[in-house]
Amino acid sequence: MALGQSYSRRKVLRWGGAAASVMVAGAVLPNFGLSSALAADLGEGDVAILNYAYALEQLEAAFYTKVTDKPFQSITQQEASTFAEILGHEVLHREFLKKALGEHAISDIEVDFSKVNFDNRASVLDTADAFENLGVAAYNGAGPLIKNVDYLAAAGTMVSVEARHCAMIAALVHGPSAASAGAGHTSGGLDAAMPPKGVLAEAKPFIKTPLTSASFY
Amino acid sequence: MSNQDSFLLDEIEPEVGERINASWRAAFAKYGELVLIGSAPTLLAMASTEAFAAEGLPQQVVDVLNYALSLEYFEATFYKTANGTEGLIPAKYQGLFGEIGQHESAHVALLSSVLGPAAVKAPKFDFTAGGKYPDVFSNFQTFSTLSSTIEDTGVAAFKGQLGNLAGTTVLATALQIHSVEARHAGSVRVLVGKPGSDGAFDKPLTKSEVLEAVKPFFV
Repeated sequence: MALGQSYSRRKVLRWGGAAASVMVAGAVLPNFGLSSALAADLGEGDVAILNYAYALEQLEAAFYTKVTDKPFQSITQQEASTFAEILGHEVLHREFLKKALGEHAISDIEVDFSKVNFDNRASVLDTADAFENLGVAAYNGAGPLIKNVDYLAAAGTMVSVEARHCAMIAALVHGPSAASAGAGHTSGGLDAAMPPKGVLAEAKPFIKTPLTSASFY
Repeated sequence: MSNQDSFLLDEIEPEVGERINASWRAAFAKYGELVLIGSAPTLLAMASTEAFAAEGLPQQVVDVLNYALSLEYFEATFYKTANGTEGLIPAKYQGLFGEIGQHESAHVALLSSVLGPAAVKAPKFDFTAGGKYPDVFSNFQTFSTLSSTIEDTGVAAFKGQLGNLAGTTVLATALQIHSVEARHAGSVRVLVGKPGSDGAFDKPLTKSEVLEAVKPFFV
């Protein structure tokens, strides 16, 4: 296992469409004040990392809120309780980060789930799988960028919960299996680690609010 | 199953977060200047094999990695034995434990290669824990319950070391192992009928807490 792969950008998502797999540098460049008032500047340094995590947790919480508000037809008890459990975690992550950021926290982001069919089980599970795996890769990639060890500790308490979510979602599809243990999302026993720029490009189709930071490029 | 179930989890339950945060701060006060290095680009550029040569690693990092390697030997040997035991694992779960076993063996190989000559030798194990789990490799319920607690402990163990690895070249890899252990933990917890996660925030464990928990398995 070559350690050089640590930061290789593996394909962690299965979203259809070319847009999702194309790096969009513009998504993370400073906007020079030209974007709409909706743009959110994440800040710099550790604040930018925390705001970045906060944006992703907002995205996840918003997604599971929709999933649980209007469940797809013939949802099973196990599926419903898993989504509710995960929603609870994502809300707590979101609120934790908001509180930690205090006055530095970005506003609520505007999400775009037009590519998700919430009436369709496969669409919901595929999106959940993509978001959770993106979350793991995001925290793993952000960890080494964090300067304050307390923030690193906090990220550590959340990333493993995101990884547990990956297993829970995969188990809804395949049962406890090689897939739920990470087959297809891991390589040589290692999870992906993606730098913020790559993660934001992957998340861009789902986030209307332009997210900018001078720290991420 | 409550007895077996709670054995390792009892070690996880206490509120250790604040204590651990304090110990991290202490470690950093002592060690921070030495290991806290520059910018993100520097860290990103360091993902080369050379950067991980054991002789280039501070002793504290070598100690953390050897501790991690011991735990990975523990896990890898546990699954190698189980996966090689005819009739233990039902067919529908062989993919799960086969995958987990492969990951743990890969972690052993990776940490061994990073440490080079500084790597600890493979410990010897007694997975019955001195007779406490006599049917660990003949009763799937015992095996899977133990697997669940071992994985939760592995997650907490890695998490407890992240602060000690902050600013070093091996933090990124430690994080990539840490979250894979959490996938395992979530999977096996679902299998044994527990929630995949015990709350929204996973707790870390200190090295001494982990060693106390796994001591009965080390000969």
